[in-house]
Amino acid sequence: MMQDMAKFRGYRRAEPGTQPDHLHPAYVSSIKRAPSKPLVYLPHTLSEVTGPSFDSFSGIDVKAGDLTRQHHGEPLGERIIVSGRVLDEDGRPAAHTLIEVWQANAAGRYRHSVDQHNAPLDPNFEGSGHTLSDENGNFRFITIRPGAYPWRNHYNAWRPAHIHFSVFGPAFATRLITQMYFPGDALLPFDPIFNCTGDEKARNRLISLFDWETTVCEQALGFRFDIILGGRDSTPWEK
Amino acid sequence: MSLQATTSQTVGPYFKIGLSRFYTDDLTGPGVPGGTIEIVGRVFDGDGQPVPDGVIEIWQADAAGKYAHPEFLRESENIQETDGQAEEQKRGQSVFRGFGRVPTKSDGSFRFKTIKPGRVPAPDGTLQAPHIAVSVFTRGLLRRLVTRIYFPDEPSNAEDFALKLVQAGRRHTLIAKKLSDARLEWNVVLQGAEETVFFDC
Ligand SMILES: [Fe+3]
Repeated sequence: MMQDMAKFRGYRRAEPGTQPDHLHPAYVSSIKRAPSKPLVYLPHTLSEVTGPSFDSFSGIDVKAGDLTRQHHGEPLGERIIVSGRVLDEDGRPAAHTLIEVWQANAAGRYRHSVDQHNAPLDPNFEGSGHTLSDENGNFRFITIRPGAYPWRNHYNAWRPAHIHFSVFGPAFATRLITQMYFPGDALLPFDPIFNCTGDEKARNRLISLFDWETTVCEQALGFRFDIILGGRDSTPWEK
Repeated sequence: MSLQATTSQTVGPYFKIGLSRFYTDDLTGPGVPGGTIEIVGRVFDGDGQPVPDGVIEIWQADAAGKYAHPEFLRESENIQETDGQAEEQKRGQSVFRGFGRVPTKSDGSFRFKTIKPGRVPAPDGTLQAPHIAVSVFTRGLLRRLVTRIYFPDEPSNAEDFALKLVQAGRRHTLIAKKLSDARLEWNVVLQGAEETVFFDC
């Protein structure tokens, strides 16, 4: 069994500054929820280098990547195509991995009982979808551009337009939930969630790119958003 | 290394829209070996208030200490060719998927029905004590929190690879309490004196 285990390698930790601290007081909800004690460094074991697989899982709906086709009518708003790749830091694709998305409608309202924003719900828009990446890590969603919405973090607080992304990758260690933003959004400099990461380049990678290549004539604007997961250690198990 | 890992962001308050489709509170099922156990708990913030807008994910091995993961199943020498279930596992179709995901309720509570996992190897060549890997996401958390659930009355806890990395005085936060033979309680305290141990993972 031990020779077997020697084949397993852990995953690299994020570069300093490229992930948010748990406590970011400008995001008020983090103040009472962020851990106050240092995290305990855990060398990856079999429990962290393995992780759930949704490939060929019966719950996957192959149509769930199109958020504009979940009702009889078309949702209101600007139709967009969000595509990209899930890769690791070494450029290796995360194949057949589950990607879940959720978002507000074009008016900035979520179909959720807690969302009391005084903006209309769209009877033709649920705001959720999922898909599996292909063998090269590619994914594609068809949706509508979400609206900005107010929240009560501070006076006149508005979230920039964003789509929530949840990705598993190959291991428990690579689990990631993030948000995708849109280029040129005037609200980005004011948003404490977008700005929670110290490294400016790291946070700017959360902004998708407008893309002619994936824009479909007379149909939808294309945006590209690649998701990068931690790379694999080059040497097996740390001793 | 040419690329850099994408920055984590909070799940926010509306994750139910996106994550509820794959909520799974019962990991047991026909053909899954091991006695059924229930794990109940609550999530609390730094003021001791319940956290009603969190989601907990678990990942665990089956009763024999096998993870339903393609890489591990492919390379494992311990799968018997003759066993029908093992054949399924080799194709990555384990009857035990090992994954659970539940939201917290308005009182911060959550529950899972599962089986006690077997022991899996540690990097130092020892076997780890039975444990469940846990991810915690809530509104207000900008990054996932990683922790583990260990089992009470388990002698192997004393020699466990990960528990030994934790200050002795904090290890109890990772060990579930026994409510009855098949019922365990394990709480998550996000912040404060009784803060749960979270791992840099
Ligand atoms: Fe949001």
